[in-house]
Amino acid sequence: MNKPLVNVEGLRVEFPSKRGAIAGVQDVSFTIEPGEIVCIVGESGSGKSVSAYTLMQLTKFSGGWVADGRLTLEGGSGNEIDLRTADEARMRTIRGNEIGMIFQEPMTALNPSYTIGWQLAESLQQHRDMSREEAAGRSVELLKQVRIPEPERRLKQYPHELSGGMRQRIVIAMALACEPRLLIADEPTTALDVTVQSEILALIRKLRDETGAAVLLITHDMAVVAQMADRVVVMQNGRVAEDGPVEQVLTDPQHPYTQALLAVVPKLGDMAGKTLPEPMETVATTDCQIDKPLQPGSHVLLDVRHLTKRFPIRGGWLGRTVANAHAVEDVTFRILEKETLSLVGESGSGKSVTGLCILRLERPDCGEITFGGQDLLALSDEDMRLARRDMQMIFQDPYGSLNPHMSLLEQVIEPLKNFGLEAGSALEDRAAELFDRVRLPRAFLRRYPSELSGGQRQRVAIARALAPKPKLIIADEAVSALDVSVQAEVLNLMMELQAEMGISYLFIGHDMAVVERVSHRVAVMYLGRIVETATREQIFASPQHDYTKSLLAAVPTLDLAHRAEKWELATKPPPSPIHPVGYVPEPVHFDKVTEDHFVLRSGVGPAGERKYGP
Amino acid sequence: MPYLLKRVINSVLLLLITVSFVFFACRMIGDPALNMLGPGANDIALENLRRAAGLNDPLWLQWVRYMGGLLQGDFGVSYRFGFSVIPEADLKDIGVPVVDLVAERLPATFLLAGVAMAIAVPLGLGMGVIAAAYPRHLADRLVTVLSLAGVSIVQFWLGLMLIVLFAVQLGWLPTGGYGEPAHVILPALTLAARPIGRIAQVVRSAMLDELAKPYVVTARAKGVAEWRVILLHALRNAAIPIITMIGDELSALLTGAILVEKIFAWPGIGLLIIDSLSRSDLPIIQVSIAVVATLVIIVNLLVDFAYRIIDPQIQLGQKA
Repeated sequence: MNKPLVNVEGLRVEFPSKRGAIAGVQDVSFTIEPGEIVCIVGESGSGKSVSAYTLMQLTKFSGGWVADGRLTLEGGSGNEIDLRTADEARMRTIRGNEIGMIFQEPMTALNPSYTIGWQLAESLQQHRDMSREEAAGRSVELLKQVRIPEPERRLKQYPHELSGGMRQRIVIAMALACEPRLLIADEPTTALDVTVQSEILALIRKLRDETGAAVLLITHDMAVVAQMADRVVVMQNGRVAEDGPVEQVLTDPQHPYTQALLAVVPKLGDMAGKTLPEPMETVATTDCQIDKPLQPGSHVLLDVRHLTKRFPIRGGWLGRTVANAHAVEDVTFRILEKETLSLVGESGSGKSVTGLCILRLERPDCGEITFGGQDLLALSDEDMRLARRDMQMIFQDPYGSLNPHMSLLEQVIEPLKNFGLEAGSALEDRAAELFDRVRLPRAFLRRYPSELSGGQRQRVAIARALAPKPKLIIADEAVSALDVSVQAEVLNLMMELQAEMGISYLFIGHDMAVVERVSHRVAVMYLGRIVETATREQIFASPQHDYTKSLLAAVPTLDLAHRAEKWELATKPPPSPIHPVGYVPEPVHFDKVTEDHFVLRSGVGPAGERKYGP
Repeated sequence: MPYLLKRVINSVLLLLITVSFVFFACRMIGDPALNMLGPGANDIALENLRRAAGLNDPLWLQWVRYMGGLLQGDFGVSYRFGFSVIPEADLKDIGVPVVDLVAERLPATFLLAGVAMAIAVPLGLGMGVIAAAYPRHLADRLVTVLSLAGVSIVQFWLGLMLIVLFAVQLGWLPTGGYGEPAHVILPALTLAARPIGRIAQVVRSAMLDELAKPYVVTARAKGVAEWRVILLHALRNAAIPIITMIGDELSALLTGAILVEKIFAWPGIGLLIIDSLSRSDLPIIQVSIAVVATLVIIVNLLVDFAYRIIDPQIQLGQKA
């Protein structure tokens, strides 16, 4: 066998901290063979990114340094390049040339001030000494290689003119510009919608086959590993937990951490044949105590009818409305007591706006919202404030949704004070109770958000939402920012509280496997409309709408036998929800598939014009 | 170019409002004739001035006449010439046109503001970029201290100290005046201190923000040289707040050089305003303020257009 392309031995990278140097990664060793896809998988803080960034000496820009170990790159003609000691001038000939890199956030990874053409040409001019014309020609070739339509036109466009998936392809094209022998991809699909994710993953594999470049893929998602990897390196707390061929690691994991990580991954189809939600599988068996089935009640708690919200886009002389973004278009659903309805869809489908409209944090343009028999849209502002006591919200970002300058105690008792529910020492007693309930130590009440991990913060957010004993909790991507193991714990806590306190959830999410676990009913949103609504079982067992089908098909699975072979890449930009003033959308008509299962028959386009699905 | 047109029309409207405001304000601070001639003036002289300047007419008529004149390019004549010598004469015939008086002063103001900015922009940019490229190093700390000093130093004191050092002690430069290239150095340095500090501060913080963004990592991962990362990638994106600050400081130089012009006896528009205020020479005050307002509005327009050129995402009032 040939020499490995990359050899990392006993790597230790340190970062400065208040208490002296701390190790970001230690004793990390792995190799990458030419043309191989190696996945480094781990949760946040496991050191997976640090290991990869060190290969390009990029950690030094964030203050880190290599304290120990060997990093070598095979130099092409048998010689070895020492990536630890290479000076900056040498590194610049390696970065972008021998090693290309793809990043997590395509929205921010491109410089917003320069055209796509300029940014593509930059590394070509740097490493290949090309003239402008040559670089432009090569750029067109690269854009074709990553299957971008109309490549000549793209060169003159700016990043903000392109969708997330297109931008990520541009980033990939940039990384490939100088035909690197190694491509490092740092969570390349985490920020993308699931249908776009499957395209990008397919593209990376295709490009590996075409160019023969090895790929080092960093991810937190075991399903992505299953879809992509030849070999897997599992990292935990800055160390390598397990390392081996993908078949071996996924089917016969040796290390307890790998086993745990695989156990908590929700798998699509796990719930087939079951009507009611069930707790997630976790490693800690003591974690979840649900003793009765999560059976919904029979009374309607929330009834939303024909909800419509448009955001005006202003322009022209006097800032008149020139167009409307149709965020939510004629949405109708209901939630029973003790029921979980999941609202799923991709970014921009209007699911979050729907949640905000129910709380009247956004004022709907028209529609009816009845909650516990009260017409919410008819309430005065003060009555609405009081009504919100029964409907609380949990947000996606546990870092942003807690006030960094208030102690956790203050934040948890704030709703109680707002609604005049408790006073004096009873406040603190109730906060302590709530912390017990979400399994946070009472001592944490005196702490501030910065002292907590993401999962702990989300528990605080749940405690705060629970404080006024609400009947409905709107959970807007409440677990999306959490690591899988933490995600499972938080979801189980939510289900436990549902069983115990009879809470209903509007669960807004995009992860179909999670949705399958937690929901009684599912509504699929696309371009502001509900395209299909049914019981969870029906949606997953027999999806009817094209969009629902493509959403389910795009979910990566752990099943090695079914690696996505979807090479045809969608090139059409998604249809825009922005329409001119006076635009009359096609009225919604649902076909009844079975009792409780409805599919949008009408298109999502304008009245009279028939467009169906994505 | 509908956006350009819209902005220009808005600017003209703004200018008309400013001019009208100054017009009325000047007439609310008491009887203009009495203010100008002083408490000892006799009734005939007062009456002559009022008649000649049209001050007896209703306020709205004076305003209409004044605005009408402005639109025809007639900016009025200065009160301080002629009327007491030939009391019966019409001011229009013998007064000095205000526009000449103001035009005479404008080059001096432009020169001073221009030289001050020519010193401040490169220095401020350079200091800010160096500080951001080496955060928490000695250079950064030095820039932080210097820029703070530049912002907080009292202009009046700085001007006097510069005169004492370079004009009196060393004798290298003149204490004041206008005409020779050497004359502009001390007042320009005095004026530049604050913009240097402000620009350096804004550049530093905007650059630190930009250098922490993912596209900078992308650029480094492409093998782009660090100077290119800083000057081409990050500085370009930091340009919006920097240009805003430069525009603000330029406006401040055009309006706020009064003190420095006084110290260095620099015959700019600031000095003209001060002198005219003390004599209640309303036409001059009105026109000078209108001119300064115009300059500030133009600077703001240019800043807006610069945004459009620099940031492709800014559509400036146009729909996407």
